Amino acid sequence: MDFVNAIILLLNYIIVPALSYGSQLALGAIFVTIIYGILRFANFATGDMMSFGTMFAVLLTWYFQSLGISLGVLPTALLTIPFAIVITVLYMLTVDKFVFSYYRIKKSPPVMLAMVSIGVMFVTQAIVRIIIGPFDRRFFDGERFILKANEFKEMTGLNEGLAIKSTQVLTIIITVIVVSILFWFLNKTKTGKSMRAYSDNEDLALLSGIDPKRVVMITWMIAGILATIGGVLYGLDKSFKPFTFFNNMLPMFAAAIVGGIGNPFGAFLGGYVIAFSEIFITYAYKKFFMYVLPESMEPNSLIQLLSTDYKFAVSFSILVIVLLFRPSGIFKGKVL
Amino acid sequence: MKQYANVITAYLIMIGLIILVGVFQSWNVALAILNFCLISAVMTMGANIQWGYAGLINFGIMGFTALGGLAAVLVSVPPVREAWQVGGLSMIFCLVIIVLIVFGVRYVLKNFQKSKKRNIYIASIIVVGLIILRIVSGPAIESIEAVEPAKTGFLGGLGLPIIFSWIAGAFFAAGLAYIIGKIALGLRADYLAIATLLISEIVIAVIKHEDWLARGVKNVIGLKRPVPYEVNLQSEQWFIDLVAKWNSGALDLISTTAEKQAALAQLVIESSTVFVKLCYSGLFIIVVAILLIVTQKVLYSPWGRMMRAIRDNEEAANAMGKNVVKQHLLIFVLGSAIVGIAGAMMVTHDGLFTPGSYRPLRYTFLIWVMVIIGGSGNNFGAVLGGFAVWFLWIEAAPMALFLINFLTSGLVETNAFKLHLIESVPYFRFLMMGVGLLLIMRFRPKGILPEKIIKQ
Repeated sequence: MDFVNAIILLLNYIIVPALSYGSQLALGAIFVTIIYGILRFANFATGDMMSFGTMFAVLLTWYFQSLGISLGVLPTALLTIPFAIVITVLYMLTVDKFVFSYYRIKKSPPVMLAMVSIGVMFVTQAIVRIIIGPFDRRFFDGERFILKANEFKEMTGLNEGLAIKSTQVLTIIITVIVVSILFWFLNKTKTGKSMRAYSDNEDLALLSGIDPKRVVMITWMIAGILATIGGVLYGLDKSFKPFTFFNNMLPMFAAAIVGGIGNPFGAFLGGYVIAFSEIFITYAYKKFFMYVLPESMEPNSLIQLLSTDYKFAVSFSILVIVLLFRPSGIFKGKVL
Repeated sequence: MKQYANVITAYLIMIGLIILVGVFQSWNVALAILNFCLISAVMTMGANIQWGYAGLINFGIMGFTALGGLAAVLVSVPPVREAWQVGGLSMIFCLVIIVLIVFGVRYVLKNFQKSKKRNIYIASIIVVGLIILRIVSGPAIESIEAVEPAKTGFLGGLGLPIIFSWIAGAFFAAGLAYIIGKIALGLRADYLAIATLLISEIVIAVIKHEDWLARGVKNVIGLKRPVPYEVNLQSEQWFIDLVAKWNSGALDLISTTAEKQAALAQLVIESSTVFVKLCYSGLFIIVVAILLIVTQKVLYSPWGRMMRAIRDNEEAANAMGKNVVKQHLLIFVLGSAIVGIAGAMMVTHDGLFTPGSYRPLRYTFLIWVMVIIGGSGNNFGAVLGGFAVWFLWIEAAPMALFLINFLTSGLVETNAFKLHLIESVPYFRFLMMGVGLLLIMRFRPKGILPEKIIKQ
């Protein structure tokens, strides 16, 4: 019985939260990696583009709520995602047309484009803060929990409860759907193949008649979809705050690099690697060992490898280790 | 002289703007802006050395700034004897362990062939070392943090004059830069940017949460100053005389002695803050001037030419027998050290160390905006960028407020849209920075004062 309790404990505090956090990171990391692979620059506006999309989802959710439209047990925000995606994609295409395309056509070095993306970051941040303000916004409605800790305890008679938030399940399901559609698109359709060809070897792709404008446009569309969905899912699970979204860019970069930058599948797994290691290393295992070990060997201390304050630091340290030993990432991205 | 005409005009405009602020707002504000302009100028010089001379992207400026600030705390705060008694020995022991780990890893790296076995050795040395570190430091940290947690709760510093911290800050930053450079300098440019950005976040996390070091987010306040305190100044006779002499024209107009005394007292209080800020400005100007002279000399020395050669064509420079890796590391360390000086200067000026306030937007990306707008590769440009961007950053809010009031003057006072805009005035500075950066990068990619190669 103790053993089952220990498993439930891990499930409740590590595996479920890490899976949902990892999914949110994975979407962002694929966004980073696709921009890097196809447009060839590190987009420092990633976090702010996500908050831009999420902001419209939040505003539209409020609007829908005022109209009395809701999805019942599901959050209303899900209904607003398509509209938010459209606005985000339009914004990205506008930015690309007026800012990025100039440097792309001039074939500026990637550093230049990264620098330009900082300008875009400032502007996007300003727009978000001017429209919605810098404060914490909650826009979740509907049923909060699928499984409450107390109910679980009553059901099974165990000591440990298992609480599953509906947002966590939603996050995981939606991520899996979005990512599988994306991989299907990249691997099976003609457009997806042309995008991969463009990413692999631009000149060769152009020679074989691939239209670069179309590739760029579709890249931004995919980016917009990923950014908005990732942002909304994160916002639903936690809350929407522009500054947190900006900060989330850092573990996303880490995930993309760990997975091998330019490699969408690597970025997808990289998100989970980062999330799991963050939570594994900062979790206090005292209770777990109390269940598993006999009473005489019970630990006195918290058995925590690092305090939770270092959550971000863990993911960045993993990045440093990967940089040292496998600069191309775990799943062989572009060699940098 | 002629070739410096645009430099001189740009600087005159900048000084004129600051004087305008002094006349229209107050001298206190103007000097505060000037001081932070000078600090920003030092930071941009550091970033400019790395980016402009060598083409290295360092997005870890925030980390080096914070290390400089940490140096200010560790140098100037008097040591907390009690904390040293309860935990000092263990902490020194921890330092020894860290040194041992480093030497152990170095020994393995040198004496073993590259293999899986070596990686395992290194990993086991680090893991065992960290476990010992945890066991030794755990109770010590607890007891140190328990010493008067509301007031101290940390080891304190050396109790030296804070001005020494400017040098110490440079060394701290240089040390970190050496480690980062060893790890990350082999990477491609934009990859290096991401790596340094993330490493600087780790630095901030450590400073924030290691309370025994510098109180973490509890902040260290009331650092000693290198300049007199306002309260002391106000009671000094020579200062009162000075103020009286300076304002004799205005004071003579007042007829009664009592009123004259009251007016003088008021003036003394006002001028004391201005005087203190002026002292800081003087110190900062000395630093900026020294750095400008040195960097300018270096830029046109054979070494500077070599750096430019490496920047413009790494392979060719390599083929000429220049050690690119070594020079990159050197310039990375030098630039970071200058940023460290700026960090220490900033904490000295504020008199407090607040690790929670270090955010990448303000301390990394804003500095980069300064370098790009000012003119990378040109030291005068970098300094000008520091001045211009910081000035805009501070004055953006009043300017935006004025513009909004002007543009929405047709709307009534209680109009929701207008109120919302006025509420979000502080965020227009981001917009200005972003648009400014984009415009400069598009239409004047070399900055306001472009790099100038002097043919000799």
